[in-house]
Amino acid sequence: MSIGVRPEIKATEISQGFWDACKESKLVVQKCCDCKKLRHYPQLLCPSCHSEKVEWFEIRPTGAIYSYTITRRPFHPAWKESTPYALVTVDMDDGVRMMGDILNIDPEDVKIDGRVAVEFEDMPGQGLVPRFRLVY
Amino acid sequence: MSLSGGCVIAGIGQTPFTRGTEKSTVGLHLDAALEAIADAGLKPSDIDGVMPNELAGTIAEDFIVNLGLENVTFSSTMRHGGASLLSAVKSACLAVHTGVAKHVLLVAGRRGFSQQRMSKASEGTIPPHPLFREFNEFESPFGNTAPLQWFAPAAMRHMHEFGTTSEQLGRIALTCREHANLNPRALMHDKKMTMEDYLASPMIADPYRKFDCSLETDGATAFVITSAERGRDLKKAGVPILGLGEGHGTPPTSMTHKRDMTKVEGIEQAGKQAFEMAGLKPRDISSVQLYDAFTWVVLSTLEDLGFCQKGEGGAFVESGVLGLNGGLPLNTSGGLLSEGHCSGANLLSEAVRQLRGEVEPNRQISNCKNILISGEGHFHEGAVAILGRPV
Repeated sequence: MSIGVRPEIKATEISQGFWDACKESKLVVQKCCDCKKLRHYPQLLCPSCHSEKVEWFEIRPTGAIYSYTITRRPFHPAWKESTPYALVTVDMDDGVRMMGDILNIDPEDVKIDGRVAVEFEDMPGQGLVPRFRLVY
Repeated sequence: MSLSGGCVIAGIGQTPFTRGTEKSTVGLHLDAALEAIADAGLKPSDIDGVMPNELAGTIAEDFIVNLGLENVTFSSTMRHGGASLLSAVKSACLAVHTGVAKHVLLVAGRRGFSQQRMSKASEGTIPPHPLFREFNEFESPFGNTAPLQWFAPAAMRHMHEFGTTSEQLGRIALTCREHANLNPRALMHDKKMTMEDYLASPMIADPYRKFDCSLETDGATAFVITSAERGRDLKKAGVPILGLGEGHGTPPTSMTHKRDMTKVEGIEQAGKQAFEMAGLKPRDISSVQLYDAFTWVVLSTLEDLGFCQKGEGGAFVESGVLGLNGGLPLNTSGGLLSEGHCSGANLLSEAVRQLRGEVEPNRQISNCKNILISGEGHFHEGAVAILGRPV
């Protein structure tokens, strides 16, 4: 990883479907074909029933902030011009957790239980990726 | 066949803690290792087990070559981040207890200031670990690039659910600082801190300020573990290892997916095992040396180990109980926050010194019987050890 360049998203065999869906502005997570439970991040086996049969399931792009932090100084040169920014841990309305960033915020506006929604934005070199925005 | 009391810490060695060093990481480790071996009254050739530390990137062969070890029958490296040292203690005890090795050398610490700065983790200062695969794919590309950021939401959620305050986190920083002010080894020995200083330190990743963070430190600490029986014939009375535990939480690969972010689940699991093995309860503990990479981890650890109820950690730390004469002295060396972050190993060495009665008289814990030590690594994995008085 070279210094100053944003860490690259490296999809794996089991996560490729997530990033492919992003290209179509769809948010998908793994769904166990046997016990029907949703899971994220992608993994080989269903931790509940150990089935490896899995399909991609589109979830609603909305959720509520479970917790967050506001980064006020950059820990990485690629974010030198981006502070302050929020990192939010989100309970999605369909029951999985996601983490994402919210740029261009007033830190006071970010609150636990606050509503957020995913929007797909072009990240240089990565294509469309999910970013969060506050929903008022 | 219980492991409790079967093994002892026979020797400790430690380099000075500095911000800047001419030594290589291996060089620091060898200095600490030789001192620990001598402290135990052993010769390097007595060492037949070697446990290097994951965070330093050292390997058993570094010690075999440089110390001329010809009889190594056991080597292993635990890979639980900051919990690695204490889970290595458990592994060493298993090796000794089963006769696989007689004298196991453990070494930890890094050039945390000169080379492996955690604040620059995104630049590759943490050795690569497959555990970060999902984190690297789904979180760091969005700006979650340093440990402070991945731990901050846990503290934030705890504050939200239980009303924990910045001042309560500050009490932990101040307690460690007061103890460091008594410890000539501590990086912050000469630097006082007030609550005003704490609150005025810059917010870095809410709710964490600069003074919630441990110190990027150069240094190494080493231990020799042997059987209680063999320990009786060595230079100093061995410090018995009474309880050990290790926990990984669910899932250990992600902070985001913790069902309950307000606890350090790995430490909760490890604590139950360690207390059970030792046959002890929190009230039997004279002092706690708790992994304090960041302040909130200490507050949660006190709750997770049962020293107070979940959610009551804030009031507990404000009560003054954690001071040197408060009843449950915390991090009497100054801890990672104010002595130095030696991959958590200085918490264990401090416990050994206190139980041996080897610290400066003005900071000796009176009537010190059992000391509990914790380690936290990666995304809330944990390890716990309980040491007893030398016999």
